[in-house]
Amino acid sequence: MSQAIAVEKLSKRFVLGTLQRDTMLRERLISLLRAPFRGRSTSSNILWALRDVSFRVDAGEVVGIIGRNGAGKSTLLKVLSKITYPTSGTVRVGGRVASLLEVGTGFHEELTGRENIYLNGSILGMKHGEVAAKLDSIVDFAGVARFLDTPIKRYSTGMRLRLGFAVAAHLDPDVLIVDEVLAVGDAGFQRKCLNTMEGLRTGGRTVLFVSHNMAAVENLCSRCIWIDAGQVCMDGSPREVIEAYMNTFANAREAMADLRSVENRRGSGEIRYTGVEYLTPTGEPLQVVRSGDPLNIRFHYHANKPVAFPSFGFRLYTDFGTLITDTSTWHHAIDIPLIPPGDGYVDLHIDFLNLLPARYYFSLWITGPASPVYDNVEHCAELDVELANVYSSGRMLDSRSGIVFFPQHWTVHEPSLVGAGSKAGEK
Amino acid sequence: MNSEWLADFWHYRELLYFLAWRDVKVRYKQAALGASWAIIQPLFTMIIFTLFFGRVAGVPSDGLPYPLFSFCALVPWTYFSTTLSQAGNSLISNAPLVTKVYFPRALLPAASVLSGLVDFLVGASFLALMMMYYRIKPGWSLFFAPFFIAGMVLLSFSVSMFLAALNVRYRDVKYALPFIIQMWLFITPIIYPANFLPARMKPFLAFNPMAGLLEGFRWSLFTTRRLDWGLLGSSVAITVLLLIIGAIYFRKTERTFADIV
Repeated sequence: MSQAIAVEKLSKRFVLGTLQRDTMLRERLISLLRAPFRGRSTSSNILWALRDVSFRVDAGEVVGIIGRNGAGKSTLLKVLSKITYPTSGTVRVGGRVASLLEVGTGFHEELTGRENIYLNGSILGMKHGEVAAKLDSIVDFAGVARFLDTPIKRYSTGMRLRLGFAVAAHLDPDVLIVDEVLAVGDAGFQRKCLNTMEGLRTGGRTVLFVSHNMAAVENLCSRCIWIDAGQVCMDGSPREVIEAYMNTFANAREAMADLRSVENRRGSGEIRYTGVEYLTPTGEPLQVVRSGDPLNIRFHYHANKPVAFPSFGFRLYTDFGTLITDTSTWHHAIDIPLIPPGDGYVDLHIDFLNLLPARYYFSLWITGPASPVYDNVEHCAELDVELANVYSSGRMLDSRSGIVFFPQHWTVHEPSLVGAGSKAGEK
Repeated sequence: MNSEWLADFWHYRELLYFLAWRDVKVRYKQAALGASWAIIQPLFTMIIFTLFFGRVAGVPSDGLPYPLFSFCALVPWTYFSTTLSQAGNSLISNAPLVTKVYFPRALLPAASVLSGLVDFLVGASFLALMMMYYRIKPGWSLFFAPFFIAGMVLLSFSVSMFLAALNVRYRDVKYALPFIIQMWLFITPIIYPANFLPARMKPFLAFNPMAGLLEGFRWSLFTTRRLDWGLLGSSVAITVLLLIIGAIYFRKTERTFADIV
């Protein structure tokens, strides 16, 4: 198989002092006057965004690049796209390259949708005739036909994104380099992006893309590279790399969400939530919460006064603010005659977490007969649910499949063989 | 390496056209007076110059009507000065593009230089009307006018490549530019004819490439004028020198643009 990308001992250094935006000649002169013989870059203001990075990508591979913010992912993409130059090392990229580091680069507010399609297409490397030939398809994809001759300053953010992505989706490159375009836009837009990437993959194109959406990486990529502190930390099958990456992430996470200092909350305050903890059924701190896991969520509280018959409840929301569930101890007919002053906790036991991988948010509340609301904290704790092999099939469900899934099994009834009767076969 | 740079530039020529087209479109889209701004600016400058320099100070105009004499230099000068300030800031005003997409960076100043030509054409047609009004017919020398215009385009490109690249690192350029342009206006024979200067000052004119190009442009329009070959020769030589310096400096610094802009 031919090679699409070859990166050899690539390093990129930034000297922080000269990175400031408004560099003035005056400062340079002053520093020259003060210390004419001193070298300008001391080791403290040097940042290695990339250090000795080497890897090769074969034509047709879809490679996901993951890592924390500031790990060097975007710098790597910029070097591969020739936007910035390496300090040392070599980069070879074969074939027609398109890089999409931002959706709608070069869009101009005053120009119409049509004009921007041509401009953006040209910026991304398309020829005029090519854009003209694909115009209908681009407009159709973006769904902006009615506004084609309206200046895009009148467009909504969503329309602008769709238009930008529509142009990029028609690039038809040999090598596509994409930076986190999935982080923006609504669910429909993200689905469109993912479908397009899927199309590129099945079309045998080489794709390199940075994402924080682990489910997308695991679904789309045949390979995953994890970059940390400017170096390749791990390079291999997406599943293994993501798992290793997620584990370090979980270790760094606070074991408990602290709610004591949250000020934006309602309620009379006789009793308040103080923290949320994710535990295994046996009470161990849980590093990674995966779809289908058993889970014990511990809500800590503090009572200032004795409180009679309180109900502890929570609401769970999706990333987009859709309410998934709102339940409480009251729904379970649990009567708590009296809570004395002091610290305590309630445990929520979940045998089977049927949420699909995504980020969810908790809002917590406490009510009782004596007060309509003792405490109410909105969006105070996050629950990151990671991908799991929930049906033991090796095939993954991700956020594209919805919000929840159910324990289930299927049976398939095939038509009987010809001549063996008309009744559907029961096997 | 140099040929590679030029080949890259050629490969992206369509983008150059689109960037220039965008500049033109955007400039006229929201301005109520649209393209007439290309006339208003030199026209009013000409009126002020005629009143103060032509009438009050009595600056000679070599037998031409003073308004025509100054306007025919103000049209190319307006092109040169607007282009310089736009192209000089082109890398900074297009920073989002520079940091997100690859293309030969020199396209940005080049696009500003090209888009200014539209304004120049509008101004030049008004100049033609003025010549008809004064009943002045150009001679065969008119065929050389494009040569002088091309010289000014090249000079604008050379100077703005240098300024644009310098501007990325030192924002002082942004503040110094209007001032530099203003000074340049006075040392160029726009208000006065080149031969108005005392003999001992004339050699200094040779260091100003705009002097020879503007005097040449005037010569191409009016049959009454003589061409100063020495002045023109030095202007062309300096333009070529500036083009080389500008391109070398630009090439040397363009790799860092995306990192520091």
